[in-house]
Amino acid sequence: MIPEIGHFALMLALCLALVQAAVPLLGAWRAVPEWIAVARPAARAQALFVAIAFGCLAWAFLSNDFTVQYVAANSNTALPWYYRIGAVWGAHEGSLLLWAFILAIWTVAVTLRGHSLPPEFEARVLGVMGLVSVGFLLFMLTSSDPFTRLFPAPANGRDLNPLLQDPGLVMHPPMLYLGYVGFSVPFSFAVAALLDGRLDAAWARWSRPWTTAAWMFLTIGITLGSWWSYSVLGWGGWWFWDPVENASFMPWLMGTALVHSLAMTDKRGAFKNWTVLLALFAFSLSLLGTFLVRSGVLVSVHAFATDPRRGIFILSFLAVVIGASLLLYAWRAPRIKGGGNFDALSRETLLLINNVLLVAACFTVLLGTLYPLVLEGMAVGKISVGPPYFNTVFVPLALPLVFLAGVGAIARWKRQALRPLLQSLWLPLAAALVTGSAFSIWYTGTVHPLVILAVVLAVWALILPARDMWRHIRHNQAAGRPWFRLPRHFVGMTVAHFGIGLFVLGVTLTGTNSLEKDVRVRPGDTVSLGGYTYKFEDVQQVKGPNYTATQARVLVFHDGRQVAVLHPQKRVYVGQPMSTTEAGIQPGLFRDLYVSLGQPLAGGSWAMRVYYKAMVRWIWMGGLCMALGGLVALTDRRYRLRARQEILPREHRFAQEASTPAPREA
Amino acid sequence: MIRYLIPFGMFAALVALLIVGLHHDPRRVPSPLIGKPAPQFSLSELKDPTHVLSRRDLLGKVTLVNVWASWCVSCREEAPLLTMLGKSGVVPIYGLNYKDNRARAIRWLKDFGDPYVADAFDKDGRTAINWGVYGVPETFVVDANGIIRYKQVGPVTESALQDKILPLVRKLREEDRG
Amino acid sequence: MRWHAAGLALALLFAPAVQAAGTAQLSSGFANPQEDMRYHSLLRNLRCLVCQNESLQDSQADLAKDLRRVVRAQMRAGKSDREIVRYLVTRYGDYVLYRPPFMGATYVLWVGPFVVLAAGLLVLMLALRRRRRAPEETLNQEQRRRLSEFLGPNEDHS
Repeated sequence: MIPEIGHFALMLALCLALVQAAVPLLGAWRAVPEWIAVARPAARAQALFVAIAFGCLAWAFLSNDFTVQYVAANSNTALPWYYRIGAVWGAHEGSLLLWAFILAIWTVAVTLRGHSLPPEFEARVLGVMGLVSVGFLLFMLTSSDPFTRLFPAPANGRDLNPLLQDPGLVMHPPMLYLGYVGFSVPFSFAVAALLDGRLDAAWARWSRPWTTAAWMFLTIGITLGSWWSYSVLGWGGWWFWDPVENASFMPWLMGTALVHSLAMTDKRGAFKNWTVLLALFAFSLSLLGTFLVRSGVLVSVHAFATDPRRGIFILSFLAVVIGASLLLYAWRAPRIKGGGNFDALSRETLLLINNVLLVAACFTVLLGTLYPLVLEGMAVGKISVGPPYFNTVFVPLALPLVFLAGVGAIARWKRQALRPLLQSLWLPLAAALVTGSAFSIWYTGTVHPLVILAVVLAVWALILPARDMWRHIRHNQAAGRPWFRLPRHFVGMTVAHFGIGLFVLGVTLTGTNSLEKDVRVRPGDTVSLGGYTYKFEDVQQVKGPNYTATQARVLVFHDGRQVAVLHPQKRVYVGQPMSTTEAGIQPGLFRDLYVSLGQPLAGGSWAMRVYYKAMVRWIWMGGLCMALGGLVALTDRRYRLRARQEILPREHRFAQEASTPAPREA
Repeated sequence: MIRYLIPFGMFAALVALLIVGLHHDPRRVPSPLIGKPAPQFSLSELKDPTHVLSRRDLLGKVTLVNVWASWCVSCREEAPLLTMLGKSGVVPIYGLNYKDNRARAIRWLKDFGDPYVADAFDKDGRTAINWGVYGVPETFVVDANGIIRYKQVGPVTESALQDKILPLVRKLREEDRG
Repeated sequence: MRWHAAGLALALLFAPAVQAAGTAQLSSGFANPQEDMRYHSLLRNLRCLVCQNESLQDSQADLAKDLRRVVRAQMRAGKSDREIVRYLVTRYGDYVLYRPPFMGATYVLWVGPFVVLAAGLLVLMLALRRRRRAPEETLNQEQRRRLSEFLGPNEDHS
C-alpha cells in the first residue's frame, strides 16, 4: 500500500510541477497577478508530495518490503537500519528520487526567503525550478520508477552494494546533491533575470547566498567522497580523476568562479553577462554530471548500472534545458549594458583572472574526461586519460590561483595603486619564500623546484589571510570596537582562503613523503616503513551484522613502543559475491598509518599493503575549512537583515544604473 | 551578436559528441593488431598432445580463430552457431583453448559441439596475451597471408556473423582470387 | 674450521625456521627495493583491461595477474620501462596506458588546456582595453557639482 501511495504522490508531484512551471511563467509574461500568485503554493505542494514519495520509499526500506523491486535489489534483512536509509539512494532510481527531493527542499527554501524578491521575478524563478522538477519526475515515472513491484517477492533482498555500507558514503550523495541541485537556484535566478531583462546588482545580491550555500555543500560532498575512497578502496589514494569524480569537480570549479564573479557584479555591477553565463554553466555541468554517471558513456568505478536508453532521456532533457537557456542568453544578453569601470590593477581584474583560470581548469577536466569519446567517435582507436594527464595539466592552472587568492583578497575595488599593494605584500611574500622553501627542503629532504613552489604557495595562502584577519582585529581595537566585530563575508573569505593553504600543503606533502610497501606476510612477520615497524600477528574470522570478515591484527611499533593496533579486513557480504577491503587506519594529524589486507596466498601467507601516509588529513581539513568559510560568509548580516533589501522599481529595467558605490571593503 | 551564440554553439557540439558516445560500448577495447600479422605461436593440439599447431597452419586460406574455455559461460552462447558454421565448411575455424584443463575442455567439446579444424592448447595464456586477448570468448578473422583483419569481442552472434564476419570472409577470398 | 663448517651447516638447516618470523618479503619477488619501486610504479600507470577502472597494480583479475607476471619476467630479462610498455601497447593498444601518448590524435588533448588559458587571458585583456576606451559611466556635470558640494573638495568622486 505504501509504495502505491509513494507512486501516486510522484504523479501528483509531476502535475503540480507542471502547474508550477507553466502558470507563473505565463503569468509573469502576461502580467497576470493571479497566475503569478500560483507559484508559491504550487511549489510548496509539489515539494510536499515529493517528500511524501521519499518518505514512502524510506518506509519500504525500513520495513524490509521486498515486494518493491528496488528494495529487493538494494537491501537485506541483515542490513543495519542506518544503511537501509542510505540504501534509499544507493542505486539509480532511488538517487533520482533523492535528486527530486533535494530540488524540492531548495524550492521550498526559495519560497520561504522570496519575500524580498519582486513577485513576478520570484514567479519566474520558481517556474524555472518547476521545469527542472518536471524533467526529473517525468524521467522517474517513465523509466526509473523506484516503486515498481516484484512478484513473487523474494524472501530476502540482494543487499546494498558493500562499497556503500560506510558512514561516509551514506552522507556523500545527499551532500553532493545539495550542492549540485543547489546550483539550480542561481541558474533559475539567471534565467528569470534574462527573461525579465532585470539584470542588475540586485540580481547578483539575491543570487549570492544561494550560490554560496550550494557551493558549500558541494565542497563538503566532494571532501567526503575523497575521504571515503581513501578509507574504503584500500589503495591509499584520495583522488583518481575518475570520470564520476570529475563530474562533481567541474560544477565545483565553475561554482567557485561564479561565487567570485557574483561578488564583482554585486559590488560593482561589472560583467553581468559573464556572471549570468557562469550561473548557466554551473548548473549545466551539474546536469551533465548526472548524465555521465547514469548513461553508460564512460566507464567508472562509481557509475550506476547503466542503460543507454536512460542516457537518451537525460541527454534530451539536458539539451532542452541548457540549449534553451543558452539561446535565451544569446538573445537577451546583448541588450544588457553597463558595469563599473575599473583599472588594469584592481580587485575586478584579479577576480577576472581568477575566473579565467577556473574556467580553463574546468574546461581541462572536461576535455580530459570526454577526449576518449572524441577519438572513439572518429574511430582513431581508444586511449585512456588518467591521473598522469590530469596532474600534469591541472597543476599549472591551479597554482596561480593559490597565489591570486592572497592578492585579490586585499586589492581594492576599481583602482588599486601598485606601490601600496607591493608594500603590503612584500613582507608576506618574503616570509612565504623563506619559510616555505626551508620547510619544504627540510620535510621532503629534496630540492625539487615544483615541490618548493607548491609549498611556498601553500604557506602564502596560510599567512596572508591570517595577517589580514590580525590587521582587521587590530583596526577594531584601535577604533575602540570589540575585536571580534568583523564582517562575516570578510571572515568567510579569509577562512576559505586559509583552507586552500591547508589543502595544497596536504596534497603536496602527501605526494612527496608517503611510502608504501607491497608484501607477502606470514603470522609473525614484520615490515618496516617510514620509521614504523608493522607486525602481522594473526588472522581471524569476524562476524558483522550482514557480513563475515577475515580480519588481520597488525601491531605497529615506533622506537620500540607499540603505537597502534590495526584491523584491516576483507569482508564478504551476505548476498554479494564480491569482497570489500576495509583498511586498518590509524589517523594522525601529520601522518596516517594504513594497512590493507590482500588475497590469501600459498603456505598460510597473505598479501598485504602497508602505507605511511604523510599529512593526508590536511587535504580534508582544507576542504572542510573552505566549506566553513562559505558557511560563515552565508551568515553575513546583509542576508539576515531583510529591511536592507533593495527592490529596484520597474523604470530601472534596461537603464544604466546610477552608480551608488557600495561601501568599500576594509 | 554572434559571439553571444558561442556558448550555445559549444554546447551543441558537446551534445553531438555525447550522442555519438551513447552508441559506443565504453568497455570494448579495439585491437591494435588489426591489419598486422597474426603473432607467431607453437602450441600442442588439444586432443593430440604430440601434434604441434603453429601460425603456419593458418596460412593459405581465410580462417577464423576462436578463443574459448570450458570455464567460460558466454562461450556456451556461441557454441551452437559456431558448430553450425564449422560443419557447413564455409570457413575453417581454429580454436585457441585458453587457460583450461585438457580433460575438461575435451569433455566440453563433446557436450557443446566441436566446430574446430584443430584446437591449440594454450595452458598458461601467453599466446593469448600475444594476440591481445583480454576476455573470453573472442574471435579473429585471419586472411590467407596471416594478417588479422577483424576481432569479435564477446560471443559470436547471428548479426555479427551475418553483418560483419561472413561478408568480410567473402571479401577476403575475392581479394585473393583477384 | 670444522666447527665453523658445522655451525654454518646447522645455521643453514635452521634458516627457514628463523625466516618464518622475520621480515616480510616484497610481494613482487624482487629483493632490491629500487626494483620493487620501479615495478610498482610501472604497474600503477597501466590499466587493467578487465576491471577497467583499476590499475594493474590493484586488480585481482586473472588477466592482471598474468600481465604482472609478464612485467616481472620482462624486468628480470633486463628490459627497460619503455620496452615493457611497448610490449603491452602492441598487444592491447594505447588504452592500457593511463598517460595518453603524445601523438597526432592527442595534440589537442595535451595542448588544449594551455591554448584555452592563453585565449582566455587574451580575451580578458581585449575586454579590459575596450572597457577603458568606452565612455565612462559617470554622473553628468550637474550631478558632479552637487556631489562635490556635498562631499567637500578633496574626495575622489569619479
